[in-house]
This record gives sequence, structure tokens and C-alpha cells, in this order.
Amino acid sequence: MRYSQKCMATEENKTAAGVGSQPASQEGFVYLPLIAGWLVPGGGHFLLRKWGRGALLAAAILGMFVLGLAMQGKVYASAHDILDILGLVGDLGNGLPYVISRMLGLGDVQVQVTTADYGTRFIVVAGLLNVIAAVDAHNLRTGRKS
Amino acid sequence: MSVWVLHPSHFTTVVLFALFASTVFGITQRETPRNMIRYGIYCFVLFVAAAIALSWLMYFIAR
Repeated sequence: MRYSQKCMATEENKTAAGVGSQPASQEGFVYLPLIAGWLVPGGGHFLLRKWGRGALLAAAILGMFVLGLAMQGKVYASAHDILDILGLVGDLGNGLPYVISRMLGLGDVQVQVTTADYGTRFIVVAGLLNVIAAVDAHNLRTGRKS
Repeated sequence: MSVWVLHPSHFTTVVLFALFASTVFGITQRETPRNMIRYGIYCFVLFVAAAIALSWLMYFIAR
């Protein structure tokens, strides 16, 4: 019995079929969009050249974060009980905006008015939405989503 | 810093929250632009409608 390599996945056939060739945005460290998306809202999508989606995500997440600060929301700095821990984890999802707000001393330490309570939730939810956006960028990078 | 202090009403806060959250949900949970817009609008309406319905429910419970 004779075997032919004509249609088999030899290196020549792989190259001709385009297998293994990836666009420029698909090369490099696979977790880079995830980390960039976490640090800078929309950054993961910008890295993958999804400009429109990145701009909308950045506007939504940063808008929510800034409005939370403007409503005198609390920025969690330490955790003393389980609710504080959850709030801190949510805040950390904002990445660099959280670090900058801590450095500049933005946000209130204690919630004193009703709108400050809304603001605190805005900041936490902005962080959680940013994590969703960063995971979406990772899914785009790995090809799980188009 | 007092220039930047906002005190929006509860309803304005709900609408802003729904707008930002549904924007992110729409972009991240669907693949095509058309489906993103449809899902974003769907989420926005559900957010606002649920807030209004729950508000009326709490209004009658409190009485």
C-alpha cells in the first residue's frame, strides 16, 4: 500500500493553507489585553485595535468612576469586615484610576449623605464592569469571541 | 473640589447606572454591533423598569 503526502498536514501544506499564520494583533503575550484592560479601562480593546468598542467601554467605566467620585463616594482603602473586603475588591477592579484616586486623596473616607452611598456603589460597580471588559478583551485575543 | 460635587436624584442615578452598565453589557455579551445595540437597549429598559417596579412595590409595602 502506498501513502501519499499530497493532502496531509505537512509544513508546506500548512503554510499554503494559512495554518499557523496569525495577524499582528494575535502575536505576543496572550494575557497582555487582559492586564492592559484591567489597568486602563478599554485598554485591552485598544490594544486589539477595537477602537469603537474600547472608546465606549472607557467612556462608560471612567464616566461611572468619575461620577462616583463626584457624588462623594467612598474609595475603600482598607478592609475591616466582609463588606469592606468586597468593596475593596470591586474598587481594585478599576486598575490605574483607583491608584490615581488614592494618590490624589479623592473620594470620601466616610459616607455622610445619601448620594455618597450611590457614589460608593458607582465606584465599586465601575471596577466590576472593568473586569468584565478586560475578560472580554482576553476572549477576543484568544479567539473565543470575534 | 466643591465644584465637582454632584447630588443627583435617585431616579437620575438609576438612569445613569443603567446607561453605563448596559453599555458594557451590550459590548461584552454580544458579538455583532447590531446585537450589541439591541442587547444594550434591552438591559437598559430592564434596569429602569425593574427599579420603577420595585420602587412602587416598596411604596405599597411601607403603607
